[in-house]
Amino acid sequence: MIPFAYSRADTTADAVRAVSADPDAAFIAGGTNLVDHMRLEIATPRTLVDVSRLPLGDVIDTADGGVAIGASVRNSDLAEHPAVRSRYPALSTALLSGASGQLRNLATTGGNLLQRTRCPYFHDPTTPCNKREPGTGCSALGGYARDAAIFAATPDCVATHPSDMAVALALYGGVVQVLGAAGDREIPLNEFYANEDPSHDTVLAHGELITGVRLPPPTGAPSTYRKVRDRESYAFALVSVAASLRVDGGHVADVRIACGGVAHKPWRAARAEEALRGAPASAASYEAAADAELAAADPLPGNEFKRRLLRGTLTAVLSELSEEQ
Amino acid sequence: MDASITMTVDGREHTLTVDTRTTLLDVVRDHLNNWSPKKGCDHGQCGACTMLVDGRRVTTCLSLAVAQDGRDVVTAAGLADGDQLHPVQQAFIDQDAFQCGYCTPGQVCSAVGMLDEAGGADLSDDEIRERMSGNLCRCGAYVNIVAAVRQAADGAPDGRRS
Ligand SMILES: Cc1cc2nc3c(=O)[nH]c(=O)nc-3n(C[C@H](O)[C@H](O)[C@H](O)COP(=O)(O)OP(=O)(O)OC[C@H]3O[C@@H](n4cnc5c(N)ncnc54)[C@H](O)[C@@H]3O)c2cc1C
Ligand code: SF4
Ligand code: FES
Ligand code: FES
Repeated sequence: MIPFAYSRADTTADAVRAVSADPDAAFIAGGTNLVDHMRLEIATPRTLVDVSRLPLGDVIDTADGGVAIGASVRNSDLAEHPAVRSRYPALSTALLSGASGQLRNLATTGGNLLQRTRCPYFHDPTTPCNKREPGTGCSALGGYARDAAIFAATPDCVATHPSDMAVALALYGGVVQVLGAAGDREIPLNEFYANEDPSHDTVLAHGELITGVRLPPPTGAPSTYRKVRDRESYAFALVSVAASLRVDGGHVADVRIACGGVAHKPWRAARAEEALRGAPASAASYEAAADAELAAADPLPGNEFKRRLLRGTLTAVLSELSEEQ
Repeated sequence: MDASITMTVDGREHTLTVDTRTTLLDVVRDHLNNWSPKKGCDHGQCGACTMLVDGRRVTTCLSLAVAQDGRDVVTAAGLADGDQLHPVQQAFIDQDAFQCGYCTPGQVCSAVGMLDEAGGADLSDDEIRERMSGNLCRCGAYVNIVAAVRQAADGAPDGRRS
């Protein structure tokens, strides 16, 4: 790790000012991702601005019936929050499926959204990786691609985004609230992650601070999250599905699907949703919807299995949700 | 770069000057000579470094010491009340829940924090396994670790289960 200066910001404005003014500065929250990267010298900030104690630690009911989640809320607290458990159950389940109890006690909403890929080459400085070192190439192409994306990958990077929380936030239509040197702005989660230049995971500019995430009121449709991984607990998703489904008179009245482990961002399965609207609420419909989505998949030799895994998971999750009604 | 911090570790207040790169784990082990918390992976993956910070279990190998200013830290060595072991420590002995013992201080701190998080809820063995899954044990003493956590959760030894 290279030497760095450390300071703690008292206000969001101070935090933004400090990092915006210095290209070698970075925010730190729980540190569970950044410190690891600093130790590997994948990240080499010369100044750290600690935002973990900013007054962004609350989950607040909003006037429209939704919630506003502060950026410093710990993953464990968010998962346990009564409003989240009762109204956004897939978010609670997704959070509890991520990392371990002692990591969730440190991990924050802002940091979780900005955690970087778990692609093994990204973590191995002896290998080429466009995300870690722009222009060096992508080792996952033609290499170990078990974890790689099957949707919207580019020839420059096939990495997946590892966050479980972000998948559930995408399902519920989350909007990321950001404060920058030029003021604040809101970015829908679906537009938050970028893929054109692998070294920039998101549309955030340097020095922009996530202050929170806003969730619109729940639609009332039952929702759930299922994560499939190599071991039963404490592992990243191979694929995951967050879905909500409302059945009316035996037909699909309302459906939303977001998938994890398959793209550089939480993947909203728009084709599957389209295929399902008004369709009979049956296993055959769910399988056809999965196939419609997978028509756009472009796997590598090492992750071809994700097609079948996603098809099975999606069908199982939708069947489970329709059986409840 | 150096920074000055004050924190309480196992009930004693310390004011220290640390390099900002130092983790909480390294401060406790190398500056305070408290070797109860262990360094396993140093990447947040094994749970050997678990301590209670402000009452909550956390992995400390990815926590910068400088960010802990003002915090209250408890290691497995600070859990006993004099000669009276903490119920979780006693349960680990009663149930023979370790072999080499390397992961044990982390397991014990994690179990203490976990039982507090569970708030007295009735935990099935599967739930204990899930909630303790952040702590890896190279010796594979898991069967007896689950029994120990169950004993502590139930508040009394219930005999060896394995
Ligand atoms: C062993 C292990 C297993 C894990 N398993 C899972 C898993 O299964 N699922 C999962 O989803 N995650 C998993 N994680 C990842 C974990 O959830 C993240 O490390 C954590 O959420 C990051 O949050 P943090 O607050 O610690 O972020 P930090 O490490 O402090 O920061 C991460 C990044 O976010 C930036 N940042 C932080 N806060 C802000 C802010 N408010 N505004 C702007 N930028 C900010 C930092 O500059 C940094 O770039 C795992 C981690 C470990 C170590
Ligand atoms: S997939 Fe992306 S992160 Fe992985 S080696 Fe290729 S460029 Fe790097
Ligand atoms: S040493 Fe901290 S989790 Fe392994
Ligand atoms: S008892 Fe040896 S590592 Fe757990």
